[in-house]
Amino acid sequence: MEHIRTPKVEQVKLLDRFSNKSVIGTLHLTATHLIFVESNSTSAQEIWILHHHIASMEKLSLTTSGCPLLIQCRNFRLVHFVIPRERDCHDIYSSLLRLLRPVSYDELYAFSYNPKQNDQQREEGWQLIDLAAEFERMGVPCDQWQLTDVNREYKVCETYPRDLYVPITASKPIIVGSSKFRSKGRFPVLTYFYQEKKAAVCRCSQPLSGFSARCLEDEHMLQAISKANHNSRYIYVMDTRPKLNALANRAAGKGYENEDNYSNIRFQFVGIENIHVMRGSLQKLLEVVGTRSLSMTDYLVGLENSGWLRHIKAIMDAAIFLAKAVTVEGASVLVHCSDGWDRTAQVCALGSLLMDPYYRTIKGFMVLIEKDWISFGHKFADRCDQLDPDQKEVSPIFTQFLECVWQLTEQFPQAFEFSEWFLIQIHEHVHSCQFGNFLGNSQRQREVLQLKERTYSLWAHLLSEKQNYMNPVYSPSFAESHPVLEPSTQACHFKFWRNMYHQYDRSMHPRQSILKQVLTFKESNRELEGTVQALKTKLQKFGVSTSPLKPQTPPRDRSLPPRPQSLILGAPLLSRKEVQQEEDEEVFGEEAREDAPASTDGERTVEGSSATENGYGELTGSFGSKNEPAVVTLEFGVARMTC
Amino acid sequence: MEFAELIKTPRVDGVVLRRPFMPTVEGTLCLTGHHLILSSRQDNTEELWLLHANIDSTEKRFVGSLGTIIVKCKDLRVIQLDIPGMEECLNIASSIEALSTLDSVSLMYPFFYRPLFEVIEDGWQSFVPEESFKDLESMTDEWRLSEVNKDFSVCPSYPSLLTVPRDIDDESLCKAASFRHGGRFPVLSYYHKKNGMVIMRAAQPLTGTNGRRCKEDEKLINATLCAGKRGYIIDTRTIAVAQQAKARGGGFEQEANYPQWRRIHKAIERSNVLQDSLIKLVEACNDQSHSMDRWLSKLEASNWQSNVKEILTTACLAAQCIDREGASVLVHGTEGTDSTLQVTSLAQIILDPACRTIRGFEVLIEREWLQAGHPFQQRCAQSAYSNGKLRSEAPVFLLFLDCVWQILRQFPCSFQFNENLLIMLFEHAYASQFGTFLGNCVAERGKLQLSQKTVSLWSWVNRPQELERFLNPLYEPNNLVIWPSVAPQSLLLWEGVFLRWNRSTKCLDEAYQEMVHIIEYNKELQNKVNSLRRQLAQLETEDSPLQTP
Repeated sequence: MEHIRTPKVEQVKLLDRFSNKSVIGTLHLTATHLIFVESNSTSAQEIWILHHHIASMEKLSLTTSGCPLLIQCRNFRLVHFVIPRERDCHDIYSSLLRLLRPVSYDELYAFSYNPKQNDQQREEGWQLIDLAAEFERMGVPCDQWQLTDVNREYKVCETYPRDLYVPITASKPIIVGSSKFRSKGRFPVLTYFYQEKKAAVCRCSQPLSGFSARCLEDEHMLQAISKANHNSRYIYVMDTRPKLNALANRAAGKGYENEDNYSNIRFQFVGIENIHVMRGSLQKLLEVVGTRSLSMTDYLVGLENSGWLRHIKAIMDAAIFLAKAVTVEGASVLVHCSDGWDRTAQVCALGSLLMDPYYRTIKGFMVLIEKDWISFGHKFADRCDQLDPDQKEVSPIFTQFLECVWQLTEQFPQAFEFSEWFLIQIHEHVHSCQFGNFLGNSQRQREVLQLKERTYSLWAHLLSEKQNYMNPVYSPSFAESHPVLEPSTQACHFKFWRNMYHQYDRSMHPRQSILKQVLTFKESNRELEGTVQALKTKLQKFGVSTSPLKPQTPPRDRSLPPRPQSLILGAPLLSRKEVQQEEDEEVFGEEAREDAPASTDGERTVEGSSATENGYGELTGSFGSKNEPAVVTLEFGVARMTC
Repeated sequence: MEFAELIKTPRVDGVVLRRPFMPTVEGTLCLTGHHLILSSRQDNTEELWLLHANIDSTEKRFVGSLGTIIVKCKDLRVIQLDIPGMEECLNIASSIEALSTLDSVSLMYPFFYRPLFEVIEDGWQSFVPEESFKDLESMTDEWRLSEVNKDFSVCPSYPSLLTVPRDIDDESLCKAASFRHGGRFPVLSYYHKKNGMVIMRAAQPLTGTNGRRCKEDEKLINATLCAGKRGYIIDTRTIAVAQQAKARGGGFEQEANYPQWRRIHKAIERSNVLQDSLIKLVEACNDQSHSMDRWLSKLEASNWQSNVKEILTTACLAAQCIDREGASVLVHGTEGTDSTLQVTSLAQIILDPACRTIRGFEVLIEREWLQAGHPFQQRCAQSAYSNGKLRSEAPVFLLFLDCVWQILRQFPCSFQFNENLLIMLFEHAYASQFGTFLGNCVAERGKLQLSQKTVSLWSWVNRPQELERFLNPLYEPNNLVIWPSVAPQSLLLWEGVFLRWNRSTKCLDEAYQEMVHIIEYNKELQNKVNSLRRQLAQLETEDSPLQTP
């Protein structure tokens, strides 16, 4: 490819982010990936970084050992290379600079990625998620809600999908009138229908009310939504913004609903901050947790100052409000923010997940994302920086949604069919541009790009690896006993999601993973059930009758797809023996170094961190003539086991 | 003294018990000498039996003639009792107050408790120093068991038998003891089988302002070094605190007098600071305001997590000196009964796989805490809700347990026991029907005749029926040294203790049960497969003669 000036650089040093450890290897630059292959043949770790994952690069000033290149990725990986020759570093840097700023969609990885599937398989992948079927599952269309073809040609709202569900009493003129009174034409439509109480969750954007403007069609529209639900005389209108923001919008001819003009609405501000605040918050959070030798005080103060968990809690609080209004009061709720594609998506999706156990399954969660995020036009391209757009449009809105779901999985370990690894994998691919699902900003744009013809669907890929994402303690009966989740919103129940934001920082993870262990047991149980059956069949040939074994879980497809590399799951699943071996190897490596002669000073500092770094502590002073190397090499938080 | 004197109203009807996340119970409140009992007298509702010793503080409130007593317990639980009638309420409150603050140890419940189970293995006899010395003897002959402290005259807080270097005679030990705070001369704490390095512990040396030295002390600790080897002295105090200690006759080892040792200062907080930290933490955890910023800033201000990090880091450092540097370590702070024990015991959990079994962990607590003279009675007299004047209360042991929990979280398959064991130990250290944690040292326990008059906690824990609750289903023994991460992101708030009473644990408990179920089912299946295989093999061998022509 013409942008690659130097495809390969040898003797590149990769520094560990939190200690003074480093490894030497070779850096390869391909059209799609930056690859680092460790030279040491025993461990030979490989790091593959997709160009799309690179958020920023920084060339630091030249040092004696070479030219440092710092790469920050959107999946929160941070790599620090030291390239021996400045020239090579510059070449890599400028090639990457070009590669990671694609100018057109055609350059995105999804259009060249080929998982060796034929057209039919690809089509099937895209057909996995069917939103019409999803609305049918909810019980829509019904006597109160119908499918409208008003947006078939994207004429009323180009950021909405073609198929939209509205109250039967909402005529076309009302819809069109209402859409003209709503920012970006995003008029109120149905997103979730709570069949039990016939209560609806609707979404839209802010009204163009300014200081006094009103719109009869819009008022009719809200009334139609209200009338479609006989259980409640009023509907809630949730403005997910802080009141101050909504007030400020009035000056620009936008704003919020005036309760006097709308009959029977209960208006409520929720106070979720805007995309800019969220972007800044994540930046602060990453700065804090990326600090070396972080003290507990700085960590907690930084966590507080970043505001990140406060925002997560705000979103959760809003979703809980929504779920309560619908399930307890049986009231319909209309949710909006400014444009109705960020905070609105968060609250509607999370609220539905609280109300409907289906969305807590693997398939259901895909449907939920497809519905509330993809089809309703969350601007993935802008928010995730797919094509060098305005940096001010980038914001971790979807990441926050995934984190909220993770917080729920922590409180309800049996409620979700998937583990956090599934959430992290989705996050990875929202930014990877490897699959077509999240490309572009709206359905319309995706159609123009012919994504279904030219790219593959992430969902098919994830489903093919379903085994890896299963939550081993998931209990379908939990959904029956807890159809609606009622999480605690006490501040102390929100945690920092280490496995997301430190996914690649091996030293921070527990060295043994419960998830991995229990998954292994579950797999082994399936295999053993098979063995028992086979043995019984054999025994029957000898005329021995055996009592039937009650299978604990219905036997599933036994073919195991290859596991993705996951630090959360520890190393890819190996048998215990192999794990042991792996540990041993590591140990020998260590021991060898420890016994090495004094000339290995450099390596020693490599292995641990120096005294000044916050390892387990500092050993100051020195013994006689021996200097620094005699210092205990302190490994910063390395959870390594040795014999 | 008769307890009856203290009980002004033994019984009140129509009392309502309120607890977070539990249904309210209405029933009869009874006060006995050692318990507060609330019974609804219905078959299937749970009764409340609360040890008076578990009560940390009480508060009274009145609305009309309805009185409310808020009882705050040492295990951090807070319960509310609504008592009709002002007089009854006042009587109950003052009785609880009196009964929960009994001064005399011999009036404590353990002296009255009679086990409802058969004691199969007497916990008082489970851990004999001679036995662990036998293990040591099988590995090295460098050490001997000294009876110098037989009558506790050399060091009142040490046990009667101590492991010391073989070549140091009792006379030298006495001299070294006079040079150490409280007579706590350096003794063996841990022997690292892999390389023969040791952890020793002591109290601070009494160098004072004029730099006293003691040849016997120097000789004693040098005797633990191999020829040409050097060691580390880990002083758990900062250099500034250690300097200040000189003015009060304490101090630290001068380089000039201990040339073979390098001193490292760490900053583990002293006990009164730790108590303050616990009070603040628990207050933060009980704050219902729901504000994220407030929670995080209170959590930070409590400094609890910082204390956990510092203690764990120091323990890792000690372990690193032993395992990685191949150097022996002497650990001390001021008295050598608090931070010193946290460090030596945690280092052993990191280094020694035996300490990660239930039995080994019990041995560790017995040896490094009870025998080593951690003043449990003083430290655990009050807990987080103490509002009275504090004397020497401090959550030193709780911090140790918290650190163990942190390692357990990071190595969930390396421990034979689970979190329940740690929580149970926390509860019993503060209030118990067993005598194990009474008294401050071996000598005091002897005087109290605990082994004759009370039941040992271990007698109960080690019953197979009880043990089951403490077993970690994921446990797979490994002989490795486990190095925990001490990054703040890796250290979590111990929810099992600090958020225990303000959340519903039902979902978490059920998930845990499901995990246990999966693992047990696996064992069951494996047995099944084995037995079927055997059956098949048998049939095949029986069959084979028929098949051969």
